[in-house]
Amino acid sequence: MGVVVKSSPEWLLPARNLEHLLPSAVALSFRISSAEMDSTSQNNLKRNKSEKKLLRKQIKARNTLMRHEGIECVSYTTQNLVIANGGLGNGVNRHQLLRLVEECGLVEALLMPPNKPYSVVKYGSTEEAKKACDTLNGKEITLEDSDQNVTLYVNFVEKVHWEDIIPISLPPGLMMVEELVSPEEEQKMLESIDWTENEVIQNAQKSLKHRMVKHFGYEFRYDNNNVDKDKPLPGGLPEICSTLLEKCLKQGYIKHKPDQLTINQYEPGQGIPPHIDTHSAFEDEIISLSLGAEIVMDFKHPDGRTVAVMLPQRSLLVMTGESRYLWTHGITPRKFDIVHASERQKVGSVTPDVGDLTLNRRGTRTSFTFRKVRRSPCNCTYPSVCDSQQGRQREESPSFHDSETEASKLEQDYVHKVYEEIATHFSSTRHSPWPKIVEFLRTLPKGSIVADVGCGNGKYLGINKDLYMIGCDRSQNLVDICGEKKFQAFVCDALSVPVRNSSCDACISIAVIHHFSTAERRLVAVRELARLLRPGGKALIYVWAMEQEYNKQKSKYLKEKRASKGKEEEINTDVAWGLFCDQMHDNGSQDSACSDRVLNDSKDKGGNAKQVINSKLPVHTNRTSFHSQDVLVPWHLKGGTNKKGECVKALQLPAGSKELQEFSPVFHRYYHVFCEGELEAACKTLDCIRIQKSYYDQGNWCVVLEKQ
Amino acid sequence: MKLLTHNMLTSHVRGVRPGGGFPLRIQATEVKVNNVDFNQEFVARMIPKVEWGALVEAAESLGHLSDLPHELPPEYENKEDFLRKVHHVLLEVEVMEGILKCPDSGREFPITKGIPNMLLSEEET
Repeated sequence: MGVVVKSSPEWLLPARNLEHLLPSAVALSFRISSAEMDSTSQNNLKRNKSEKKLLRKQIKARNTLMRHEGIECVSYTTQNLVIANGGLGNGVNRHQLLRLVEECGLVEALLMPPNKPYSVVKYGSTEEAKKACDTLNGKEITLEDSDQNVTLYVNFVEKVHWEDIIPISLPPGLMMVEELVSPEEEQKMLESIDWTENEVIQNAQKSLKHRMVKHFGYEFRYDNNNVDKDKPLPGGLPEICSTLLEKCLKQGYIKHKPDQLTINQYEPGQGIPPHIDTHSAFEDEIISLSLGAEIVMDFKHPDGRTVAVMLPQRSLLVMTGESRYLWTHGITPRKFDIVHASERQKVGSVTPDVGDLTLNRRGTRTSFTFRKVRRSPCNCTYPSVCDSQQGRQREESPSFHDSETEASKLEQDYVHKVYEEIATHFSSTRHSPWPKIVEFLRTLPKGSIVADVGCGNGKYLGINKDLYMIGCDRSQNLVDICGEKKFQAFVCDALSVPVRNSSCDACISIAVIHHFSTAERRLVAVRELARLLRPGGKALIYVWAMEQEYNKQKSKYLKEKRASKGKEEEINTDVAWGLFCDQMHDNGSQDSACSDRVLNDSKDKGGNAKQVINSKLPVHTNRTSFHSQDVLVPWHLKGGTNKKGECVKALQLPAGSKELQEFSPVFHRYYHVFCEGELEAACKTLDCIRIQKSYYDQGNWCVVLEKQ
Repeated sequence: MKLLTHNMLTSHVRGVRPGGGFPLRIQATEVKVNNVDFNQEFVARMIPKVEWGALVEAAESLGHLSDLPHELPPEYENKEDFLRKVHHVLLEVEVMEGILKCPDSGREFPITKGIPNMLLSEEET
């Protein structure tokens, strides 16, 4: 009798094409029954070793599905199965999986969500589903598109909710023209490119890490994302392009003749990070011809909307207005694109219809991108992303100030805005709950009301179903992710939590308080937690430690190098969702302990509460020791570049904080890392709480408080 | 936003009297009812933590009063019928779209996709 507090997490799988197959919506929901766990433990005695291993993996898969996706598996037989490791996200194509599942019975629907390492299949009867579960659970298959083996783990789910989805429209100002050139013209254009002519350095061919690039007319400089407008390259645009450009002008796709051409060649697996072409560098119209192969390009609005657009071979992409100025575009480096399985749509936006998606192997694509160099400053209507309109006036780097307003400004620019920007990527790296926090939550009394203040993507909100958990965070984008997981969450600031006094049995504050920039504000955050607690209630606080090596132990992040990667039997969540574990708290060993720097609490010396540091904030180097308690920690926003965290400084950021390095996808977050004793000292200034326990956990200082 | 969550939320706009800003009035444009497994013990444990009057008022304003009495009945722990109603109101009724309005200041907080945005500007805190 599992206690279920949460509403059945319906995870809406959008789909359109299968209405004729399924009456209404597929919502995966149900509960894990603890009874099942009991019965399995008894049966375990009889099972042989490999059966036990399989069972373990199956249970692990179901736990992972619950934790990451809010998908609850059931222990009884239903018509629906969730197949872990059988997803587009880990390289299984629709065709292959469909064949497998059809061998076991009549398949009513096969749903494959994009980028997820699992699929859901609905059978005509429970008997067929049972048979499929028995057959497929633990089955090792060889991926058709590579020689990798994966093992499937299968669980039943209750029901599948099903919603019609609206086809996604293209970003405003974006147009696709199919078959702009003939196959013969395509061939000629491809042959005309001489990738080897190294002697002509004016046409400097760059072998960028992720693709081959060549420029004509003007060289595009990747150091400043602009062109030297007074240094045209000799020779202008290649003659072979003139017919094509005339056609574009004549058909009205563009109004002005371009004078700059960039040729990019993408091998399968290569890509280009999301970017907006620098406003001050080029005029409104940007056109790009796709040759050699089709590819999917991802467009993203600053509000988070994304549109995947299929660019067919020989088609022309025309970006004007909003799509050119406001949306980022990029190509995810991967060998397969997610495309429609049916024939219905071969150009334009890829609607995430889970009943009709499969993988499409990429070929070598060559793009001819034509632009017109801008001669006067841009005056578009999107100043937030326009370098002409915000450009030079920004400060070089933030410095520390003691005034409340400036402290709050610093946090706004170097904490709030950054999390808003990196929310999706950040969330993809936050899927492993820390064990001691899980333990804290699991040992709370049943029926406790718990607030997670600074809940991020909500990774702790579903840990213990016997609790009623509410989460809040300053970042709307992160809270939206919680909402998608059907958690109770709202947006607010940790200094002013809109929850009534003494209403919580417990609170957690994980990796939050180190983002406040004065001792006073950090204290207010602790006081706010205490206010929420009823007498006897408990709070758990984690902050990042200055000391990343303690008692001769290096923190986990130093030791652990993507430990989960390469374990083939993992459900692949780490592979599919979190290649970026090293970004958690990248840091190195700490050579100089700094316990002498324990901050005075605010009662001692009034002036000290507002710590004043006049120097500019240092930027912390990832994986090195901290040399200052107040630092900016880089976040490398990845559209999936290389593994080391280096970024191609080629491209402009999406919308964003002007203070960030403008043309590089690195974001800086402000941290105040705590010295040993500092957190306790702050807590001791509050009379209403008692420190029950304090400890060091993997590079963090932690306390458990009890309200008096 | 479930009504149990609503029952905990309050407005912190500057100038609101201590203990004020509660309960937030709900003006819903979309309300959803989800099935949640009934757990009698859990519901019984929640009731003392809830501001009963505020819960009844919220449920009533959404048209989901579900026959909840204005006064908490005695020995409710064993009244399954009653607890089922409370269960429904606390955990199954969810406000998806609308606004929360501070009863003291009139400040409105939007609810989008079930998520209240309670952020205040600097001047309001």
